Amino acid sequence: MNDKQRPVALSVRNLQKTIRRRTIVKNITFDVFAGEVFGFLGPNGAGKTTTIRMIVGLIKPTAGHVLIGGHDVQKDFLEAMRCVGCIVENPELYKYMTGWQNLEHFARMLDLPDERIDEVVRLVRMEGRIHDKVKTYSLGMRQRLGIAQALLARPKLLILDEPTNGLDPAGIRELREFIRHLAQAEGLAVFVSSHMLAEVQMMCDRVAILSNGEIVKVATVEEIVHTGTNRVEWTVDSRDLAMRLLAEEVGADRVEPLGDNKLVALLTPEQTAACNRLLIEANVKLYGVQVQGQLEELFLQITGGDSIA
Amino acid sequence: MRNLYLLTRNETLKVLRKKRFLVVLLILAVLIPLFAYGQYTQQERVKAQSGVTDWRAELGQEIVETERRLASPTMQDDRRKALEMRLEQNKYYLERNINPSEPGATSFTRIFMQFGISLFLPLLVVVVATDIVSSELQDGTIKLLLTRPVKRWKILLSKFLTLMIFTTLTVVVMGVISFLVSGLFFGYAGWDAPMFTGFTVINGTFDTSAVQMIPHWHLLLMNYGLGWIAAIAVATLSFMVSVLVRGTATGMGVMLALLIGGSIMGQMASDFPLTKYVFTTHLRLTDYINGVPVAVEGLTLNYSLAALAIWSAAALALSFLSFTKRDVLA
Repeated sequence: MNDKQRPVALSVRNLQKTIRRRTIVKNITFDVFAGEVFGFLGPNGAGKTTTIRMIVGLIKPTAGHVLIGGHDVQKDFLEAMRCVGCIVENPELYKYMTGWQNLEHFARMLDLPDERIDEVVRLVRMEGRIHDKVKTYSLGMRQRLGIAQALLARPKLLILDEPTNGLDPAGIRELREFIRHLAQAEGLAVFVSSHMLAEVQMMCDRVAILSNGEIVKVATVEEIVHTGTNRVEWTVDSRDLAMRLLAEEVGADRVEPLGDNKLVALLTPEQTAACNRLLIEANVKLYGVQVQGQLEELFLQITGGDSIA
Repeated sequence: MRNLYLLTRNETLKVLRKKRFLVVLLILAVLIPLFAYGQYTQQERVKAQSGVTDWRAELGQEIVETERRLASPTMQDDRRKALEMRLEQNKYYLERNINPSEPGATSFTRIFMQFGISLFLPLLVVVVATDIVSSELQDGTIKLLLTRPVKRWKILLSKFLTLMIFTTLTVVVMGVISFLVSGLFFGYAGWDAPMFTGFTVINGTFDTSAVQMIPHWHLLLMNYGLGWIAAIAVATLSFMVSVLVRGTATGMGVMLALLIGGSIMGQMASDFPLTKYVFTTHLRLTDYINGVPVAVEGLTLNYSLAALAIWSAAALALSFLSFTKRDVLA
């Protein structure tokens, strides 16, 4: 991987947080590089927001370090904060002020000129409504204004917590393109948390999967999409026949029955194709074939998605 | 410094745009004319009951009487001093053609502060003060505020400075509106009338040894100065509550309970030794200079000022400690 040559925008080392004797975040370590979109995937309550709060210095880690642009958030707060723009949880802005007044407020905190406000307003395409009160905005517009305030100080790292919450499909697509553009054209590191696998797959270059405060896996998105071995699940009429056929093809130890009329196997895409042909040629009624990447399966297990099936 | 100026500017703009201070101004603009009108009708009623009396003749008679008593050589010194001052005051009224039993704008404004200092003014101050930090916690905007390259103590300091500005404005506006409005009812005369100050009560009797005579406007300014000190103390305490609680409503509730509960305690348990240390006992600073018996016997202006200063310093220290150290989970 060429990640090693790119500058590290965010570096999280052995991060831990215990609140009232409950360890919410356990020993988390990962890096986010400039120019990549990094997904932080996990079910609700896995500790995503707590981790983000520690990254931006809102809460103090029980142990471990966070380095933003090489600056320790605990020791060198001001320098670290100069490198980051964020939305934590919801884009909560001052509802009684206009979008412009909100941006002016944050620009003043950093002593930035009005021209920079103009720039970010154009960047998030809010010219039309920027002088309306925020309380009249839709959630999508608040999200955009939130991104605008995060981008004000030209950060190297952009942190977005569940940014697609409350957006309609068109809004989600627009946001996705915008985030990819920021990473590719502007070289920003973007850290996006989400509880939806599909969303992360489409938006991110790499993913960390979080469960119960622990990182289960850090992987590139290609690993999630169907490459390598996948979990393949067939729904058939005569399972015994199908079972025998598949065992001959790929080995008995790799095929397992599931439920009343299902078979499961871990296979490469080539093996999957061969097995499908075998089943059809043997006139087995094939009601359905389902292919999941291993990480997808893992994630579904974590989020309890399997219990529905 | 520029940084702190810009932060304070942000905070003042937020208070103004939130229209909280406007509420305070509206309350003053509605209540003061009401109070002035009420005072005016009461005065008219008293006049109608007692019939038209010739107050000039009565005043003249009193002056002659006082002069006769002063001529007596057997009089004690401090008694003589009090009478002399009384004489001077009566002469002033007669010369300027002012009925001493009718309040002018200056009296109304002064008495309004005297009555308002322990509850009315604190309530006005609390409206802005309890909101200033807790609303950011409640709305979650604190996260945007604290993830900037600005130290937390600076952000809190800018909020405190803003609170000082609006508290001062509240006291000034209260004085200006009551003077202007009450003048419409009672006239503006009497602003330089000689007034007494410096009474102290020792063992249940008036001690007049420290009594001084000062022009009324001077006494008025002293009253508003003390009112301002009380208001700042209340603002500082509310500021702490605002830092410690999450919602504006909760903060408001806590402060109301403290202020009203404290004033009840002052009245019901004035002998109780703890009352001397309670915050609200010391809010009635104006009593010390207007010759009103003080709430708890033995208290002095300096003692009360020191008590308020200690309470405020402690509140401020706790606010900054909590705000800079805590985990923000809002």
